[in-house]
Amino acid sequence: MNGQLTAALRELPGFMANHVLISATALALGLLISLPLAVIAARNGRVRVVVLGIAGLIQTIPSLALLALFYPLLLALSALTQATFGTTVPALGFLPSVLALTLYAILPILRNAVTGLMGVDPKVIEAADGVGMTPRQRLLQVEVPLAAPVVMAGVRTATVWTIGAATLATSVGQTSLGNYIFSGLQTENWVFVVFGCGAATLLAVVADQLLGLIEAGIVRGRTRTWMFGLAGLVVGTGLALIPLLSAGGTSKSPTYVIGAKNFSEQFILAELMGARLEAAGSRVVRKDSLGSAVAFRALAAGDLDVYVDYSGTLWTNVLGRTDVLPRAELLSELKRALMQRHGVTMLGSLGFENAYVLAMNAPAANASGIASMADLALKAPQLTLGADLEFLSRPEWSALKSAYGLNFKGERSFNPTFMYRALQTKDVDVISAFSSDGRIAANNLVVLSDPKGAAPSYDAIVLLSPRRANDANLVSALTPLVGAITVEAMREANLRVDRDQAKATPKEAAAALGTGLPPTRAP
Amino acid sequence: MAVDAVSLAVPAGAFIALVGTSGSGKTTVMKTINRLIDPDRGVVRIGGVAVGALDAPTLRRQIGYVFQGGGLFPHMSVGQNIGVTPRLLGWPPDKIASRVGELLELVELPQDVAGRFPAQLSGGQQQRVAVARALAARPNIVLMDEPFGALDPVTRDILGTAYKGMHSALGLTTVMVTHDIQEAILLADRIVIMRAGRVLADVTPQELLQPQVDPDVAALIAVPLRHARHIQDMIAAGVRTAPS
Repeated sequence: MNGQLTAALRELPGFMANHVLISATALALGLLISLPLAVIAARNGRVRVVVLGIAGLIQTIPSLALLALFYPLLLALSALTQATFGTTVPALGFLPSVLALTLYAILPILRNAVTGLMGVDPKVIEAADGVGMTPRQRLLQVEVPLAAPVVMAGVRTATVWTIGAATLATSVGQTSLGNYIFSGLQTENWVFVVFGCGAATLLAVVADQLLGLIEAGIVRGRTRTWMFGLAGLVVGTGLALIPLLSAGGTSKSPTYVIGAKNFSEQFILAELMGARLEAAGSRVVRKDSLGSAVAFRALAAGDLDVYVDYSGTLWTNVLGRTDVLPRAELLSELKRALMQRHGVTMLGSLGFENAYVLAMNAPAANASGIASMADLALKAPQLTLGADLEFLSRPEWSALKSAYGLNFKGERSFNPTFMYRALQTKDVDVISAFSSDGRIAANNLVVLSDPKGAAPSYDAIVLLSPRRANDANLVSALTPLVGAITVEAMREANLRVDRDQAKATPKEAAAALGTGLPPTRAP
Repeated sequence: MAVDAVSLAVPAGAFIALVGTSGSGKTTVMKTINRLIDPDRGVVRIGGVAVGALDAPTLRRQIGYVFQGGGLFPHMSVGQNIGVTPRLLGWPPDKIASRVGELLELVELPQDVAGRFPAQLSGGQQQRVAVARALAARPNIVLMDEPFGALDPVTRDILGTAYKGMHSALGLTTVMVTHDIQEAILLADRIVIMRAGRVLADVTPQELLQPQVDPDVAALIAVPLRHARHIQDMIAAGVRTAPS
């Protein structure tokens, strides 16, 4: 528990700095766009209807979807700029996060600013004209100060929303306080989840209070009060950003972007690769908790330099193949096709699979003499299958079922945690499992062999982006990992992170996994 | 059309009252003077210069304006309200401050009111501030839109009389819009009666008190005359029947 808290605190400066960076940038842009737009909209009814309509429409898009939509949009834009100007636009990380959050911040600011400006008493506006103010003086000296309380209420709403929604930026590869939440959810590290939520909430509350001070200062005409609030915001933002300045040093060493999808094994492997690159003197940037489909496209587009994926996933999702090839043939065909179609280099297989398999309690399997799927088929009518929520509808299951003629007494679906528990309490006899899951070893389970090779293989493979294909630093640091990680070693590392007692961080698990591996070869 | 074929000449130093029911066009006519409204056709001249040719904000800074209900800026202190036009004209701050003090004295408000906000003042005090603001930049011309309409009769009388004094002492030219004929008779030296965008009569108060040919003008003046006679009769009766 204490160790988890220490680990969380160690990441805080970096996560907080990035979170403040994207939130503050998005809010500043939101203000810059909304305020002039509000002035125009308050004067012109037609503009008002159109602008508020569009902003309202954007607001109805769920924030996660808005973030996700910017990725393909920027990817297309990148292809366009590549063709016309020869430069690409980064489609992952800072840019999509800030763009989506800016769009999200616009509506509350815009709507309140329009309401505030239109709510100024027409008699007071006439008085401003009557005492001889120019339209600009009237706006700045009368309309803006009188609308300010309503405008500031909108700015405060936008700030709280933006700081909250910025946690979602993690899913498009932008570091934020969401890194705690996403990784914590996947590794069932509730200390991280609570820590991330708490930090984001605290940030939102502090920002809101400082803005409240500015609001109160403006309403009561107390210059010192709103200056104090503004100074607090500026100084606070500045302080939060300091870790980024030191990180952005002038180091000449190459920087590699390592991607990870959203589960423990991916975090551990990314840590392992990162540690090896840093040991070789390179700098490393991590993009964690990426969506499965996003990761490969990001690599192909050069937004990532390296990540680990699984042969079966790439075979069906990227190459669109439905046939099942023997393990070695599939790997060589995959290697050829990824290079040919996407310019992506397959550095090699790490040595273990993370496939859908069937597992049983070891004593029960021994007692019934079941070691393979073929053995299982004979006993299946007396046994009950427990599956995770999607297994029974996946192609792997139909392939196994038809290849071995599996016909169970009953089939039940569970949340993975409860599925393992049901096997322990013997409510079910056989379960679907991921072959590198740490609980296979911890719960003393056996994985049934697949003598017919009916299920597609899911070898963990290291992929390099097109621009890093011949990067000597990267290749020499990571090549020793090829074929070096056994499924037993990976299970143990996963278990360290996933278990409830004496939980380790992915970094600690990676360090344990990495001991004894061959050192980096000189390039 | 709010106003049609209105022709008025206002000599310097005059106190003109524009009188009529709502919708008669009296306010529209007054607002063309400082270009709060620009007429579709026709011309307004001040000292021979057509106001349409002048920059509207510059013109308005030279003309005092007392708004209906005061029209004070709620987010500015009384001092800032009074000093707003001098500030727009670029007066130095110390000169503005001493001018604000002078004006508070002129409208008979204590000096510490300068730091208060309009919402903290009574209606009568707000109207005094509005008069002070109109006079701040030493205009020669003052326009007043129902200046004392929302006040109780006593305050109204006090303020009206006080303003009349300032008008004479400062040598102002004043155009006042009011729907109250009695107020017009008491304050103005010339009364312009409007109906449906046209001038119905342009007379002195004395002339207005003579028997009128136009039935509308006659009806307008009949009410205050009847009230005055009624009160006089009551006073006379009271004197006769009072116990000795």
